[in-house]
Amino acid sequence: MTTPHDNGRLTYAYAVLRSGARPPAGLLGIGEAPVHTVTEGPLAALVSTVPAAEFDQPQVHERLEDLAWLETTARAHRRVVDEAAAEVGVLPLRLVTVYRDEDSVRAVLTANAERFERLLARLDGRLEWGVKAYARAPEERRPAEGHEPTAPPAPGAESGREFLRRRLRDRKVRDSARQESDGLARAVHDTLTQAAEESRLHRPQDPKLAEAVAASGAADADGHAPTGTRAAVTRGPNVLNGAYLVRREQAGEFAERVGELAARSPALRIELTGPWAPYSFTDLPEEAP
Amino acid sequence: MSYPATGAGGGANLADILERVLDRGVVIVGDIRVNLLDIELLTIKLRLIVASVERAEQMGIDWWRDDPSLSAGARRREVDREDRQQQDLARENAELRERIAALEGRRDALEDGKEEAP
Repeated sequence: MTTPHDNGRLTYAYAVLRSGARPPAGLLGIGEAPVHTVTEGPLAALVSTVPAAEFDQPQVHERLEDLAWLETTARAHRRVVDEAAAEVGVLPLRLVTVYRDEDSVRAVLTANAERFERLLARLDGRLEWGVKAYARAPEERRPAEGHEPTAPPAPGAESGREFLRRRLRDRKVRDSARQESDGLARAVHDTLTQAAEESRLHRPQDPKLAEAVAASGAADADGHAPTGTRAAVTRGPNVLNGAYLVRREQAGEFAERVGELAARSPALRIELTGPWAPYSFTDLPEEAP
Repeated sequence: MSYPATGAGGGANLADILERVLDRGVVIVGDIRVNLLDIELLTIKLRLIVASVERAEQMGIDWWRDDPSLSAGARRREVDREDRQQQDLARENAELRERIAALEGRRDALEDGKEEAP
């Protein structure tokens, strides 16, 4: 629990928790540095040291633009936060929350004590689950054969109207495929919102982002192997990207509900991710400090 | 642990992780000022790098976009696209109306001819 002062190192904070909480032992953070807690009154922070050469100003801004560095850092951050969250209640901090020393961390814990305690109480015993739905390829949504125009039996004026109708019909088929998957996604979200305590919608994922980050190829050092990236190429558009706050003991029930929805919605491909620390639920309304 | 078998990060890709650690989580000021604006700019930049205009448009038309800060740009593009579609549609309508009118005129002329013929 001691951190010798070292000018070449800064203190990186991953998450806030209660000082009495016992996070798993042996957590390794960014650069495989051992994670420890910094305690101040009723609150504590999970921290490790990081090299100033990467995390100090101004170089950190440049590093953030480097996708491989960003990936390694994000995965290490996520691993610490989520492994701790699996055992104890934590407030995940945003990526790259960095301090000169542990005294600064303590000062921040003191300054934000009320807000942190309120959030910890609100989120205690809950974890976040991610549910993404993708529209499946709509082969079965093609117009029926009977709708294809036949040879024009009528005088010229008829084919003009027919042409217009056909154009409208084509447009409707395209729109309705999209509307159908949006509608299904909304129904999935509504059902899961009822099964969860809180829900949030993230913006839909760009499949190219998923592919780009999958292809960027930084070693996946964490135990949370991304099993979904392989499938990215065959996915349709992401029509739902939701986050759901669920009590620990209801996780199985929630996953079952997701499974039912997936079985009932052949037009969608539904994926469950988690458990995550409650990243998406730290925005409960608050008053100015 | 009582988590279902699908848990423990199954299906989570780096995009899932980035959207959480960059866009979500508690924001507190660090000694190293990584301006939030920088991070937001970064994520926007990431999206722009990888998102073709077409995808960005798709991202802009989704029903759950209740966060006004997300993508004014995508919305603008969508509005532009709808405007263009409206204009195309209007032009097409006008052309078709002319064509129908011309054809109806011709049919009427033919029918007039037929009536006179017998």
